[in-house]
Amino acid sequence: MTVTTTGDLPGEVYDVAIIGAGVVGTAIARELARHRLRIALVEAADDVGNGTSKANTAILHTGFDATPGTLEARLVREGYQRLTAYAAETGIPLEPLGALLVAWDAEQLAALPSLAEKAVRNGYDETSILDAEAVYAREPHLGPGALGALEVPGESIICPWTTTLAYATQAVRAGVALHLNCPAGAITTGEDHHEIATPRGVLRTRHLVNAAGLYSDEINRRLGHEEFTVTPRRGQLIVFDKFARGLVDHILLPVPTALGKGVLVAPTVYGNVMLGPTAEDLGDKTATGSSADGLASLREKGARIMPELLAEEVTAVYAGLRAATEHGDFQIHADPGRRYVAVGGIRSTGLTASMAIAAHVAELLTECGLDPGPEREIEPVRMPTIGEAFPRPYQRADLIAADPAYGTVVCHCERVTRGEIRDALTATVPPGSLDGLRRRTRALGGRCQGFFCGAAVRAQFDAATAAQDRTEARR
Amino acid sequence: MTPTDRTHRTVDVLVIGAGPAGLALAARLAAAGVDRVEVLDREQHAGGIPRHCHHTGFGLRDLRRLMTGPDYARHHVAAAIRAGAVLRTSVTATGWAAPRTVDITGPTGLERVTATAVVLATGARERPRSARLVPGTRPAGVLTTGQLQQAVHLHHQNVGRRAVIVGAERVSYSAVATLRRAGAEVAAMVTDQPRHQTHPARHLGTRLRYGFPLVTDATVAELTGQGRLESVRLRHRDGRTAAVVCDTVVFTGDWIPDHELARSAGIALDPGTRGPAADAEFRTGEPGVFAVGNLLHPVETADIAALDGRLAAGPVLRHLAGRPWTPGALPVRVEAPLLWVSPNRIAPDGPRPPRGRFTLRTTRFLTRPVLTVGQDGRTLHRGRLPRTVAPGRPFHVPADWIAGADAHGGPVRITVD
Repeated sequence: MTVTTTGDLPGEVYDVAIIGAGVVGTAIARELARHRLRIALVEAADDVGNGTSKANTAILHTGFDATPGTLEARLVREGYQRLTAYAAETGIPLEPLGALLVAWDAEQLAALPSLAEKAVRNGYDETSILDAEAVYAREPHLGPGALGALEVPGESIICPWTTTLAYATQAVRAGVALHLNCPAGAITTGEDHHEIATPRGVLRTRHLVNAAGLYSDEINRRLGHEEFTVTPRRGQLIVFDKFARGLVDHILLPVPTALGKGVLVAPTVYGNVMLGPTAEDLGDKTATGSSADGLASLREKGARIMPELLAEEVTAVYAGLRAATEHGDFQIHADPGRRYVAVGGIRSTGLTASMAIAAHVAELLTECGLDPGPEREIEPVRMPTIGEAFPRPYQRADLIAADPAYGTVVCHCERVTRGEIRDALTATVPPGSLDGLRRRTRALGGRCQGFFCGAAVRAQFDAATAAQDRTEARR
Repeated sequence: MTPTDRTHRTVDVLVIGAGPAGLALAARLAAAGVDRVEVLDREQHAGGIPRHCHHTGFGLRDLRRLMTGPDYARHHVAAAIRAGAVLRTSVTATGWAAPRTVDITGPTGLERVTATAVVLATGARERPRSARLVPGTRPAGVLTTGQLQQAVHLHHQNVGRRAVIVGAERVSYSAVATLRRAGAEVAAMVTDQPRHQTHPARHLGTRLRYGFPLVTDATVAELTGQGRLESVRLRHRDGRTAAVVCDTVVFTGDWIPDHELARSAGIALDPGTRGPAADAEFRTGEPGVFAVGNLLHPVETADIAALDGRLAAGPVLRHLAGRPWTPGALPVRVEAPLLWVSPNRIAPDGPRPPRGRFTLRTTRFLTRPVLTVGQDGRTLHRGRLPRTVAPGRPFHVPADWIAGADAHGGPVRITVD
């Protein structure tokens, strides 16, 4: 198994290299790993899923509101089915709560029937329109003034962190080489292979897949293409304390109108409630900060949707950048002459669509001359349970009896045990930072944000990192 | 072994939290002959927050001497064990299975413990940056004092080279000492108040010793930096902003009780303290469940928490002896600029609060304020405080008026003229 974070890249020529180890890049790597191919997955950051994939609304979409006939609509629909099954198989936290698109005014109420029709055109016919009474019966803590809602029973909440990590873990165990801290520089395309300059040496590959997210337009231009330009659209979100979880049972989506998008209120699989996102078009691909204006506007909108939510403590605030383009669809293009596939413009539906995007890209690569050879079964993975809907280690007498480390809670707010932290630190794809550890275990992600456990968790992380360094040095 | 196997036990008193309050109470109860007094702590070592407060100043009111935090923690641990209380560490109370019945996770497995009296002594924590809605990026190097002290004193970790401290109250000065001990310089101490809120001698002593600018009337507008903190942007009262270059920022004070167990039991919280509403005898609204220490008043010094524990022994013993559970139910509330009052439930015919007075906090400086205690338009007490009161520091209102309150009237309100 190959995961590298430093040192020179191997000199071999890969069959396929994928630039970007977000949810899309890792899904593609996992899909291709079902064939006997030499595959490299290269990532600029020190971890997988470190960009848009880690900071989004974490919803598994039915695709009911996609634009009918688009590639996105098809891939979201297929991806929803695939990822639902994959989550059950691997232990990715997923809760099919259903969504309510709550109408707060006459215009929004009037828009519901056409949204239901659009859902049917997208192959989803399980929606129903609820009157105000039915809405409040389902969501008694909603603010006053809801006139009705469109119910979409299939919308679900999911853990985006575990999803990306499961793909990466399975890919690496099946032979994919994951190279972290490896940003792609200049790309030279020759007769039979590409040469990608990186700070860790040259990466050589016959076929190239660009899954670089926010930077996919820049990589695309290096291959002589200009189909799309990424304009980051920032979404700020507020995560409320677990005590808010009892206030809301569904994903509460805004009704899209001409006046733009509202914000959603949704439970998270970790037992919190999120409010957001904002939607700000920015020029800066690194502007992942929150702003006073953004947070104030979220609180203002949240106060209307669910006033009681605002009385709860805030556990976290984060901002993610969507890789939005000037087009209304995913930008997935193949250039057979250059043995190249671009996967750009993957918006918030990318998490849901990831497995279907991967299958689509695999097909495009064969059109580019890749001979994948026969399919093979790859070893299934079981991911650690970090969702609240399933028993976690601290609740399991059998695990604790076998290993007392699962009975020693280190992060108290999130009830993360020493055993879980140890497992994450020694996993196939270990975290490169405390943030990465938080996404794997929830440690440090709770209401105290490290007041109680920050130093202890860091001590365990530092010890594991030092042990790894000693092992590397001996090699 | 099935996943849900739990050992069931009963004890007389289950104390959750082995800080000064829980330990002092357990020692008293065990010394008074209570058979099974068990104290749980989720940390590896008992003693609570003082374990990582290496400055002196502990023990003045309860032990009549001065010691460092770790010494003080050790003293209370030893006293509780000597008295016969059972201390268990690395065990976490995860929730309630029934009234006075707590589910516990520990390295030895899962337990369910039923107690005649459950005492919540879970303390308080500082609000982190996120809860304060401080905008900006999410770099490393953002701490609370609790994390800073543990990083430096318990784990000997590097905490950066140049720090901004947010807050200028007692705990903020502890953060200065801890940072300096870890070899970091203090770029600035920032408070949104017009001046610091600690004792002048402490402020002067710390500044003379360590030398750092105190920036008043300023708030943290933004954190910047990718990966590691690079700077903190301050906004002054007149709207000007200025960036302070630093790789560490410590958010101090702004305490909130760690009230998860209280709240998950359905115990009513006080809107001021955010801890469980409790009467002069530390009784909550849940029969058999008491609350002591900084869970009730975020925060007082450790010795005050320990005195709570001592004073709660009587009410707990009376409960064990079969006294009916009739806690004071008349709410005592404060109005802005006051922040909270403790205790915040009274029985007019009941005992006075500990030390015969109510403890309060304000959100801003008040110069010799006139405080009025009233109920339904009737004045029960009115008096001028002899000094200026500062945010983050306690002041008191005598409790000799409680017999005059109407048990069946509206809430008692404490206001400032």
